[in-house]
Amino acid sequence: MNQQPGTSGLIFNEPLLWDKSRDGRCAMSLPKSDVERAPLDENLTGDAPQLPQLSELDVVRHYTRLSQWNFGVDSGMYPLGSCTMKYNPKTNEVQAARQGFASAHPLSGDEFSQGALKLMYNLEQYLAQITGFNAVTLQPAAGAHGELAGMLMIHAYFATKGKQRSKIIIPDTAHGTNPASAALCGYTPVNIKSGPKGILEPETIAAIMDEDTAGIMVTNPNTLGLFEANIKEIAEIVHSKGGLVYGDGANMNAIMGIVKPGDIGIDVLHLNLHKTFSTPHGGGGPGSGPVAVGKVLEPFLPIPRVVKELDNYKLVTDFPDTMGRIHTFYGHFGILVRAYAYILSMGAKGLTDASKLAVLNANYVKESLKGTLNLPYDLPCMHECVFNDEFQKEYHITTMDIAKRLLDYGFHPPTVYFPLVVDGAFMVEPTETESKEDIDQFIDAVKAIAGEAREDPEKLKKAPLLTKVTRLDEVAAARKPCLRG
Amino acid sequence: MKEINDLNLLDDVKYTKSHEWTKISGDIVTIGINDYAQDQLGEIVFVELPETGDTFSKGDEFGSVESVKAVSEIYIPISGKIVEINEDLEDAPELVNESCYDNGWLIKIKPEDVSELDDLMDKDEYLNMLKG
Amino acid sequence: MRYLPHTKEDIKSMLKVAGQENLDDLFNCIPEDLKITNSLDLPQSLSEWELNAHMEELASLNIACKNYKCFMGAGSYDHYIPAIIPYLISRSEFMTAYTPYQPEVSQGTLQGIYEFQTMVTELLGMDIATASHYDCGTALAEACLIALKQNKKTNKIAVSALTHPSHRQIIHTYINPSGYEIVEIPYTKEGLTDVKALEAMDDIAGIAVQSPNFFGNIEDLSAFKAVADTKKILFITSFTEALAFGLLKNPGSFGADLVAGEGQSLGITKSFGGPGLGLLASTKKQMRNLPGRLIGKTKDANGDNGFVLTLATREQHIRREKASSNICSNNGLNAMTAGVYLATVGKIGIREIALQNHDKAVYLKKSLEKAGFESAFDTPFFNEFVMKVPAGFEQKRAALINDKCTFAGICLDKFYPELNHHYLFCATETISKKDIDQLAKEVQ
Repeated sequence: MNQQPGTSGLIFNEPLLWDKSRDGRCAMSLPKSDVERAPLDENLTGDAPQLPQLSELDVVRHYTRLSQWNFGVDSGMYPLGSCTMKYNPKTNEVQAARQGFASAHPLSGDEFSQGALKLMYNLEQYLAQITGFNAVTLQPAAGAHGELAGMLMIHAYFATKGKQRSKIIIPDTAHGTNPASAALCGYTPVNIKSGPKGILEPETIAAIMDEDTAGIMVTNPNTLGLFEANIKEIAEIVHSKGGLVYGDGANMNAIMGIVKPGDIGIDVLHLNLHKTFSTPHGGGGPGSGPVAVGKVLEPFLPIPRVVKELDNYKLVTDFPDTMGRIHTFYGHFGILVRAYAYILSMGAKGLTDASKLAVLNANYVKESLKGTLNLPYDLPCMHECVFNDEFQKEYHITTMDIAKRLLDYGFHPPTVYFPLVVDGAFMVEPTETESKEDIDQFIDAVKAIAGEAREDPEKLKKAPLLTKVTRLDEVAAARKPCLRG
Repeated sequence: MKEINDLNLLDDVKYTKSHEWTKISGDIVTIGINDYAQDQLGEIVFVELPETGDTFSKGDEFGSVESVKAVSEIYIPISGKIVEINEDLEDAPELVNESCYDNGWLIKIKPEDVSELDDLMDKDEYLNMLKG
Repeated sequence: MRYLPHTKEDIKSMLKVAGQENLDDLFNCIPEDLKITNSLDLPQSLSEWELNAHMEELASLNIACKNYKCFMGAGSYDHYIPAIIPYLISRSEFMTAYTPYQPEVSQGTLQGIYEFQTMVTELLGMDIATASHYDCGTALAEACLIALKQNKKTNKIAVSALTHPSHRQIIHTYINPSGYEIVEIPYTKEGLTDVKALEAMDDIAGIAVQSPNFFGNIEDLSAFKAVADTKKILFITSFTEALAFGLLKNPGSFGADLVAGEGQSLGITKSFGGPGLGLLASTKKQMRNLPGRLIGKTKDANGDNGFVLTLATREQHIRREKASSNICSNNGLNAMTAGVYLATVGKIGIREIALQNHDKAVYLKKSLEKAGFESAFDTPFFNEFVMKVPAGFEQKRAALINDKCTFAGICLDKFYPELNHHYLFCATETISKKDIDQLAKEVQ
């Protein structure tokens, strides 16, 4: 394991905040009050909340130590399939922190927010160009939120037609947010199976598409990393019965500058700025999930919308067919700034190269590891590829064991046990920002672990060994939830 | 997970296609999930049960059983009114893993029509269903 | 391009392993008629230095590029953010990590959010808080859905007319497709939600009241709790100014079943309205109905303490269409930020800041009254209040923005057309006595 990144080192224990607390400490520089104390009815006031009391260094050490227990993209390769853990450019942080953006109050008025509105308008144009659509909303706060917005627009569309539909087709490879978002709109998911080549067959859709089905939710490339080559025919079948095609754009990183979803039959598509467009993942957000639509669904976009009149930008709510509002203000503006900066830094060639190299990296991993791990679909892949633990079954080693041992080697494991269509799935998405050397180290690590599975399976069962904590008791956590300290 | 031949299947209960078991005792029917179901789920963390007095029709979903990574709905094989639920499961859901036919029972129901159980399977029929 | 490390040699040797001649061949599995034939029409790429110049110019078109005096609230608040907060949360290990799917290498995020959950329950007086939502509006919409789904008898939910107008719109967007409806509870001349009107409503699944409400006034939540108990329905409260509970009685002490809130005041920049921080808290009884992630404490195989995501069977990746919500990524880093803020201000700091917010707002109100403004409501408030403005104020307000970089309140007539010439004013700890005296002088 000499050339592997994972190694042991001194990190620090750190108690919970309230265990460090000592009465009388305060880490904030309290402003001096220059007005008199205003009394308030004691029926309205309560005791001060029991928050910890710490000095400034207490707080700084606390969070510095906590950070050392975490693994981020900046720590090492993070090939989490379907999450596109690409490098987060630091200049984007500088741009988002500019006072003119960070201090802007959302109700300042259009006249005094032209910088923000111009940025939003232009970002909408760029995303529309990249995806091949007419119009974009930047309001949804995350991918799942964008899915909900897309489904709500479809729902609003059928409402204007006078006849609401009750079902929506969802492939077995879909991300769990797809049926959840559809259900929130009152649609019953109709699950269909992918074909033997791992992609959808038109006949499957033709067999169940009818005039009570709102349409289909399709991810392209799908979560097996395969391009849905029959998409155009599938879209035609859905359209022929008056339905619409929802595109889950989480995997957009594979096709920028190669395919435009808007041109291949998709009516509405969400994007994940925290995936394809490099904004940081933040340990679970904040992200942003813009939605792009064609002419059919444009009237239903959320309000307010950014409108350009000559050289002026305005927020307009007067769109009678709008699906409504889904965020208190205009979406995650701070995230939009970062994505905008990224698109300007990359340009058309940069984004296209990013997709090509993402696909190259994934195919390189696929070909390098296919003898070591079982590859259920031995086909050219897009930006991610899916293996499983079939070869390791004879040693009673599972995908989970391999993932946990990868931690010791200094890699964040790929996505495991998703998509559900592959038992014991191991989904690798290197992204374009990983170099050949780092990927080679990852490949070597997986090969070494496969060797350990044969020679020393007990070690894998105990993994991870070098992390601050080892495998955690999730059963106890669920049986007796302890959600606060 | 267990091999089919290693499953613990009792002779004196009847089985449903969705892996529940039923046992008649006087005019009360006791229902639980069988060894195959608890084994497939893994360590059970939570059991969602209806309330006594609730009524259901045959085939209705009457609750769910959860492990860390999965949820399984449970379906009632006979119409009737719930007369008792196994309150021990609130603090010890693992009883379903440890003793699914005995201490891990789920509900007791007063049925409307016992003949609704006629289409349930006995042990051999259920085993054949699993194998086939 | 500096983010793309591949050299020509790298590409050549990798293509060989991948079994392709050139990069374009990697896309042979895509039918030709689906491919783009020309390049994307985007601006020429910018160097880091050109980008800086471009963004500086863009930011300068926002008045916020100058130091402006903000007397506006309405869901977005100006508060002091101590230097250690952006410093700590910008650490790569927090910022560039994702959802803690592998808890062994995510203990930083997990403990940080567990601490956040705990401090939120302390702040709100509730049993459980989730790991975050997008904003108060969406968290409140989710809370309303919980109440509606639990009550099989009716499809209506009562929501105060003094709940933030955007939040009411969001609730409608969320609940409408399932056939649910809002029944609005009107407000009284005291600028408070009308309890009597609520008592007369029979057919409702739950009650949602914001306090402090959109006018800044403090509601008597005990009266609404009583109604909820009588009708045997869920009682939901919401808030837009989290610092209020540094001073005011928290919603848990009034027996709220669910509380939705906005946490932007907890160390997060206004950033033109987002990302903020949605808070959602509940009683123990509602635990398994809560949408969103929950972090729990447990032990590892060696018996050491650790933290994990738990109760995941509520969530979309397991429950799919039966999930309590579709939420996946939330506002994680902002929840961490709020955690750092609450740890920084602590029990002493939050009390003092909350007191100062109230003191400044009261002084502002008195000063405006002396300047000839009419108080709209004779009701206690936290840091926002409504005034009826004298004739000519609009022009003065516009001039103040251009000449003195000061935003004097928010006009209410587009939200409440019946309140002509009424403005919502806000003062936080960032506003000085001098600022207030100056403002009063200008608008006299």
